[in-house]
Amino acid sequence: MKTRDLTELALRNLREAILRNSLTTLGVAVGVASLVAMLSLGVGLQTLASQRLNKSGLFDAVFVTSKRNMRGMNGEGPRPAASKTAKPEDAKPIDEAARQQFEKLPNVTEAYPQVRFLTEIRFNGASYSTNVLALPDSARASGTFDGIIGKAFSSPTAEEVILQMEFAKELSPQPASLVGQELTLRYPQRHETTSADLANEKDIDKQMDEMMSGGISIVSRDRKLRIAGIIDTDPSAGIGGFGGGRVFIPLRVAEDLHPAQPDDVREFVRAGGSRKPTYMALTVRVKSPKDVLKVEEAIKKMGYNTFSLLDATRNLRLVFTVFDLFLGLFGSLALTVASLGIINTLVMAILERRREIGVLKALGATDRDVSSLFFAEAGAMGLLGGIAGVTLGWLIGAALTWGTSIYLRRQDLPGVKISYVPWWLAAGAVTFAVVVSLLAGLYPAGRAARLNPVEALRYE
Amino acid sequence: MLTKISVNPAPPLASAIETPGRLQPYYYRTDPMVIPQTYSPTSAQPFIHVENVSRQYRLSETVITAVNDVSLDIRAGEFLALLGSSGSGKSTFLNLLAGLDRPTSGAIHVGGRNLATIDSVELARYRRDTVGMVFQSFNLLPRMTLEENVELPLRLAEVDRSERAARVTEALEHVRLAARRHHRPSELSGGEQQRGALARALVNRPAILFADEPTGNLDSVNGEQILLLLREIQSTLGMTIIMVTHERPLAERFANRIAVLSDGRLVSDTAQTPDAENCVGAGPQPGQHSGAQP
Repeated sequence: MKTRDLTELALRNLREAILRNSLTTLGVAVGVASLVAMLSLGVGLQTLASQRLNKSGLFDAVFVTSKRNMRGMNGEGPRPAASKTAKPEDAKPIDEAARQQFEKLPNVTEAYPQVRFLTEIRFNGASYSTNVLALPDSARASGTFDGIIGKAFSSPTAEEVILQMEFAKELSPQPASLVGQELTLRYPQRHETTSADLANEKDIDKQMDEMMSGGISIVSRDRKLRIAGIIDTDPSAGIGGFGGGRVFIPLRVAEDLHPAQPDDVREFVRAGGSRKPTYMALTVRVKSPKDVLKVEEAIKKMGYNTFSLLDATRNLRLVFTVFDLFLGLFGSLALTVASLGIINTLVMAILERRREIGVLKALGATDRDVSSLFFAEAGAMGLLGGIAGVTLGWLIGAALTWGTSIYLRRQDLPGVKISYVPWWLAAGAVTFAVVVSLLAGLYPAGRAARLNPVEALRYE
Repeated sequence: MLTKISVNPAPPLASAIETPGRLQPYYYRTDPMVIPQTYSPTSAQPFIHVENVSRQYRLSETVITAVNDVSLDIRAGEFLALLGSSGSGKSTFLNLLAGLDRPTSGAIHVGGRNLATIDSVELARYRRDTVGMVFQSFNLLPRMTLEENVELPLRLAEVDRSERAARVTEALEHVRLAARRHHRPSELSGGEQQRGALARALVNRPAILFADEPTGNLDSVNGEQILLLLREIQSTLGMTIIMVTHERPLAERFANRIAVLSDGRLVSDTAQTPDAENCVGAGPQPGQHSGAQP
């Protein structure tokens, strides 16, 4: 029998016992809905955790330090692996040339320095000491500014700051009112003295000091910046930085400020005065976490220390895979019960349609035609139940998200999307429902196909 | 060598009735799987050759022999009535000839092929392409309309959709039920249901029509109408008809050969001239329904 005829006959048979078949299909739908709701919860929580962790830029980044460095300034940074062969003084510095080299590596999206410096903020006649952290433009795409009060940086070169909420509260009891106001950033600037500067210097003592300092001096500068927004989270927390960034400015603005970096002093002492600026560390961002290992190895071969949270990512995935597996197993229980419903419905159908099967065989239907008809009916119930179940599961997930968000808002916490139904879950659930239904149809279909036509025709 | 022989072209059933005798019967449409080219209606070979066929059933410790060593030859175009009392084995024998069952021993050659040895798929194909079946209890599927019931063998035979409507109409017109095509079996009288079943049996243009007590559930008027139709089909189209009945008078009126079974054995086999030889075309006219209520 042709597929179209088979489908028509199957759907006709399903329509004829519409109540029973609808209830069976509903059973499949509830089973699939439970599966989808469970897994969407797992996927949603995984996505939520990943997003939160991605905000820290930990999982798609390689942190590069020079082998000269021992550790981050205040001990919070990664400890570089000790090199047994290279002497620290021979190690390459991380400078602009190195940054450009890293950017040219395959699968690297950007390499940017970690610019952090101590500063004094002046606002409304008071001054506050704090740390400034420069953020790359890519921070916007990674969700760093989710939930911001105000707006993110209007452009990569905007003379704007974003404040961390706790710091904003120090400036004003009503942090939201700060948005749009100006503050003054007083910071140490690395000043390089040119030969023309030396020639113009009239004071012979100062001229001698500048010559002795290798042409570098640190001067205090002020820069007025507009407060663009306030964020709850701290994008500077975690590995690769010193933590505690409370004021954020665009990276390009920070580079333009030429702030004195902690490394400048060390480099000056080590090299006896160098005009060439170096970075404490670079963050090399890669296209996807799976590229981290290759990029890390390439940078290590170039003679630098690297650190990434690749292993942590692996563990996180493992945890969520196991979590999803358990959720899937519990969700599948309902579908298993539903498959028993399909078997029951089809076995009942065989009893009711015994004579019909006999007629079909007398008219020339092969065993395969008969079994295909029952398979088609089981498959149709699985397909319809699967589609309805995915919709129902999605609705349950949406209701969970809605309820959770209401609860979190009452606790003064931002709402989160805890349930997420990706396309693969929807397609997979429908396919799974069809496969389970076909498996459930195996026994009834085989039994129907084996019916002896003479006995079936005799059946009353 | 097996070669497909197609009829060229198949005459419409309705016109066959209007102009009996002038048309080339379509029922010699042969199927390469079932009827070898070597067979022809004028051949000296019988169309159906039954050789020492037995059919036994086992009921716990007891073995019941429903058909016992029956041998019979049936020529193409014959109208054979199988007579016998209840339990004589006539329905079992019919089921064996129709390919619904297999003999315990012996051979049934139809057009040279032994039904006892072909596989189940070929046997199904034989039932689909070579055989039409009419049952005592009509066996129309109650959930389908008459038209859908008649279309069912065409679906199984994978006939093109474009061709189906014409074939269904042709079969329904032949049994004068075209006007009731959208009715369900429950909305038809017993006679109409049996005519509908006959249309379903004819729609695939079979070579042999098997009828198992076709009048058993009908009153005498409707029963006679059905037998007139069968006789008409046999005489105008030359179709081979094998009918099981326990009513000797009906058999004598319509069949041109009567075989009697008793306790599974063939006890007599007689050729005869049916009384209703001149009754062709005397069936109900289009639009005329039997008096029985649905």
